[in-house]
Order: sequence, then C-alpha cells, then structure tokens
Amino acid sequence: MAVATETKPKPKAPGLRLFGHKMPISAQIGFLIIFLNLFLMIFAPMLAPYGEGEVPTNLEKWAAPSAEHWFGTDAIGRDILSQLLYGARLSIGLSLITTCLAFVVGIITGFAAAILGRWADMVLSRFADLILSMPTLVFSLVIMSVIIPREEAVVNATGISNAFFEGMVIIVVIGFLYAVPVFRLARAVAMNIVALEYVEAARLRGESIWWVIRREVLPNSIPPLVAEFGLRFCFTFLLIASLSFLGLGIQPPYQDWGSMTFQNGQAIFSGKPQPLFPAGAIALLTIGVNLVVDWLLSIYSRAHGENA
Amino acid sequence: MLKLISQRLALGLVTLWAASVLIFFSTILLPGDFASAMLGQQATAENTAAIRAELGLDRNVFLRYTDWLAGAAQGDLGLNWASKRPISDEIGPRLYNTFFLAIYAALVAVPVSVFLGIMAAIRQGSVFDRGVNVGALMTISVPEFFLGYLLLMLFAAHLRIFPVLSVVSANTPFFKHLYIAFLPMMTLVLVIVAHMMRMTRASVLQVMASPYIEMAYLKGLPKWRVVVQHALPNALAPIVNVIALNLAYLVVGVVVVERVFVYPGMGQMLVDAVAKRNIPVVLACGLIFAVVFITLNIIADVLSIMSNPRLRHPR
Repeated sequence: MAVATETKPKPKAPGLRLFGHKMPISAQIGFLIIFLNLFLMIFAPMLAPYGEGEVPTNLEKWAAPSAEHWFGTDAIGRDILSQLLYGARLSIGLSLITTCLAFVVGIITGFAAAILGRWADMVLSRFADLILSMPTLVFSLVIMSVIIPREEAVVNATGISNAFFEGMVIIVVIGFLYAVPVFRLARAVAMNIVALEYVEAARLRGESIWWVIRREVLPNSIPPLVAEFGLRFCFTFLLIASLSFLGLGIQPPYQDWGSMTFQNGQAIFSGKPQPLFPAGAIALLTIGVNLVVDWLLSIYSRAHGENA
Repeated sequence: MLKLISQRLALGLVTLWAASVLIFFSTILLPGDFASAMLGQQATAENTAAIRAELGLDRNVFLRYTDWLAGAAQGDLGLNWASKRPISDEIGPRLYNTFFLAIYAALVAVPVSVFLGIMAAIRQGSVFDRGVNVGALMTISVPEFFLGYLLLMLFAAHLRIFPVLSVVSANTPFFKHLYIAFLPMMTLVLVIVAHMMRMTRASVLQVMASPYIEMAYLKGLPKWRVVVQHALPNALAPIVNVIALNLAYLVVGVVVVERVFVYPGMGQMLVDAVAKRNIPVVLACGLIFAVVFITLNIIADVLSIMSNPRLRHPR
C-alpha cells in the first residue's frame, strides 16, 4: 500500500481525514460533540457560573431559564447549568473507567479463550452465553438489590466514603457485565487471527503465549475493537444513566446526569423543562459517539485499504 | 427442521434453568449476612437470629433454592417481606399492566417499522431514506427517559392532550387504559421502531441485490411488486428474528418507561423492591423478566429456523 502511494501520488482530497479515510460530515459532527463534551468536562470549574452544589444567594426554586440561570434552577435553587458541568465528570468519567474495565477483562479472557482453546474456551463461552441470555438492566438491578443493603457494613468496616463505594459498585458490576460482549468479540476476532500462518509461525518459533498475544494478535485486532469501544461506551453510559435515573446509581449529594434527571423529574409534570437538560446532555453525547462509531464501522466493513 | 427446533427448545429450557440459578445464587453468594444488613444499626444477636428464622434464611441454601424454584413453577413466588402477602397476588395486576403496555407498543411498532423499512429500501438513497436513517440513529442513541420526558412536556404539560401521570387500576376500562398508556407506548415505539426499521431495510436491500430480483425487473414487473412479492418473502427471516428480539428488549425497556410515567407495572415493582431491600420481590420480578426475555429469544430463533426455506425443506 505504501509502495502504491509512492509510485502514484494522489492529490489529497479536501476535507478532514483520519487513519487516511475521509470523514463524512456526520462523523465530523460526532467528533465535535465528543470534544465539546470533553472540553466542558475538563474545564468545568472555570466555566461553571456557580460552584458545585452551591445555592446562589438570590435563592429561587425552580427558576425558569434566564440570562442569570441559563437552564434554570432545581428544587433547592441550585443552578442547573453548573450542576450539569460538574456532573459531566462523574457521568463521563465513570463510564470511561467502566468501559476500560470491561475491555481489559473482556479482551484478556477473549484472547485466552481463543488461544488456549479446548476446555477454557468451552467454559468461558458457555458462561458468556448464560450472561448474555439475561436482560442486562434487570440483572444489574438484581445484583444491586444485594449490594445496597450491605453498603453500611462495608463503609463502616473499611472506612471508605459512601460515594466511593457506590462508584466502585457501579464500575465493577457494569464493567463485568459488559466484559461479556467484549469477550465475545475479542474471542471471535482472535480466533480468525490465531488461524493465520504468521501466528502459527510465531508459536512454532517457540514464542510464549503472552508474546503472541501482544505482538501478533493485539495489533491486528485493534480496528474492530476501537469501534466496539465506542459502542460499548454508549451502552455503559446509558446503563449507568438508567440506574441513576431509577434512583439506584449515584446518590446525593453527588449527581450525575442520570440522577439529575431523576431528581428534577417532578418538574416536568408542571411543564418546567429542567429534567430535559441533563437527559438531553446524555442524548447528545450518545448521538455524537454513535455518529463516529457508525463511520468507523463503515470503514472496517469495507475491504481493507480499498479506499485508503 | 424438527430436530433443530427441538434442540433449540431443549437448550432454551437449560438456559431458563441456568438463569434461575444465576438469579437466586447471585443474591446468596455475595459476602455479608442479609438479616444483619437489613437491621442495620439495630442488629443484635437475638433479633438477627429471629429475622433469619422468620425469613427462612437459616435453612440450607440448596433446599431454599429447590423450594423457591418448585414454588415458582407452580405460580407461588413466596411472601413479600414488607406486606407479608403472597407475591403472586400482588404481581398479577402489575404483570397485566406491563404486558398491556408492551403488547400495545408492539402492535403499533411492528407494522410501522416494517412499512418504513420497506419504503426506505425501495427509495434507497432518497431524501426519505436518509431522513428515516438519521431519525433512526437519533432515537437509537437517546435514553428512554429523555424521549419520555420530551413527550410528557409536549403532549401532557403543554398541549394537555394526555394525562401527566399514567395511573391505571384493575378496574380501568379497556379504552381508557389505551388512552392513558398512550404516551408510555409512544416512547417505547420510538425506541424500538428505529432498530427494527434499520434491520428491515438492510435485509430487503440485501435480497434486492440478488440476480433473481434483476430478472423480475427485466421481465417488466413494477417496483412495488418486485419488492413485496419477490424480495420480501426472502427477507422475512431476519425481519421476524429482529422483531422477536426487539419484543424481548421491549419487556426490559418498560422498566425505565414505567418509572417516567409512574405507570404501575412490574418495572416499578422491581425498582421499588430493590430500593426497599425486598429480596423475594426482586427475585420474583427478576425471574419473570428473565423468563419472558429468554422465551422471546427462543421464539426468535425458532421463527428464523422456520422461515428459512432451506431448513424447512431439507434434502
């Protein structure tokens, strides 16, 4: 491919490019949304007009959107915009960590199943089938019902804060639940690669399994895994938001976008728009990531290098 | 084909059983004692033991599991820890409401999405096609509660066409129930139509690329006849499959939607039970959701086996 571009220098097509592929307008919008969210998340303390959890002096409950409070105020007079900016850290950060955990666990077990084969593959795959046959939200609710009553005991015994415990529970429970689809994908991808000659050559050379994974299997399975990461992030993000929305995720005084929607929920019944802002923020970021994922998937589903 | 179907059904039964094990034992295996956790600060040796005896927690785990499963198979889901009443009695009307909502949504969503999918496939690349696709991507991405609140805001709070709270009881008349459940139904429809429509479009398009479709065009058939009579029958298997899968999704999607509209269904019951640490109710709701979900998945598989002509008429 490199040779081809040297012999016949192509005029560079206008427009943004990534990995040598031209980006359609939808993917550009997607990236714009993602970067905007990350920017707002990182610089929240500088951008937010009010502090985290601060109640402005001119206390006004359920204030309508105005120049002073762009998105209005909530039930105890806090500025929704500021809460939203601070909440971004919890919402996006927690989802990112959870997705990463799901990926680490899923990829390691998936590659192990593909390379070790036999009984390890058998056991892991049947277990994955079982977990995937359950509705994720319902299963995570069942697990939450067992963990929530033990919160006090754990907090008292270990001295960690309640918020830290709740965050850890979300990361571990959802991380492991979503490791299962990642396992499926990683296993399928690795199965295809393991069957190729160069992997066999490396194993015949006497390379260790770890070396084979790191140097042969991983680099060749990056593209489908990147698209899956985006998709998995969306699922994680939505599941955490749903749990918080059901009142079972992040607890006050901390707020993520899901629990903000839940806590401002009653306002909608009297026609106030407050809960729509956090819910809309969730929707916007998911749409952005999905636009990018759609484009990535369309690249990889084309023949490799066809359009490069 | 019968062999394939019976294999699938047997596998389904094993899955159902494994799911019951998973649900039951995930509430046991986690560390810590439930009775003392429930009592919290008030826990003493005596009242913890009393609670354990009252709830039957002092018995062997495997005995408890077999009792629970045998009871559940006969429709006896145990006692609600909070109200001390049989869960089966309490869950009945909830189950009816949830199925009412899910079937209502399915009856609207399935024809709409198949129609939209075929239209988009016929006019591939047109403004209509692209519009429907962008709309689909939007509604797939958006959380159910955002759509729900948006509809509430527009049609209940501002236009006042529909009630704000979807309160129904056992003696709500059927048509009033339809009217009250309209907004929750619309929310669910918006969520699942997009996915079903995209799959319908994709499978029709895939069939449209085959030579016999070109043949049909070349002999001069009008486009709609080519699509409806020649392409659709062969595209049916993936469509039927995705419909069944989405119905399975629907049953779970109700959890969040019921919460948004304060609709008294199983989802609300499950969420309340989790918050109030009412383990038997959690187990009962979790089991019912899992059974419905797995059953619909099995149906999806069986239907796709049955709608595949090559499997239906083996050589």
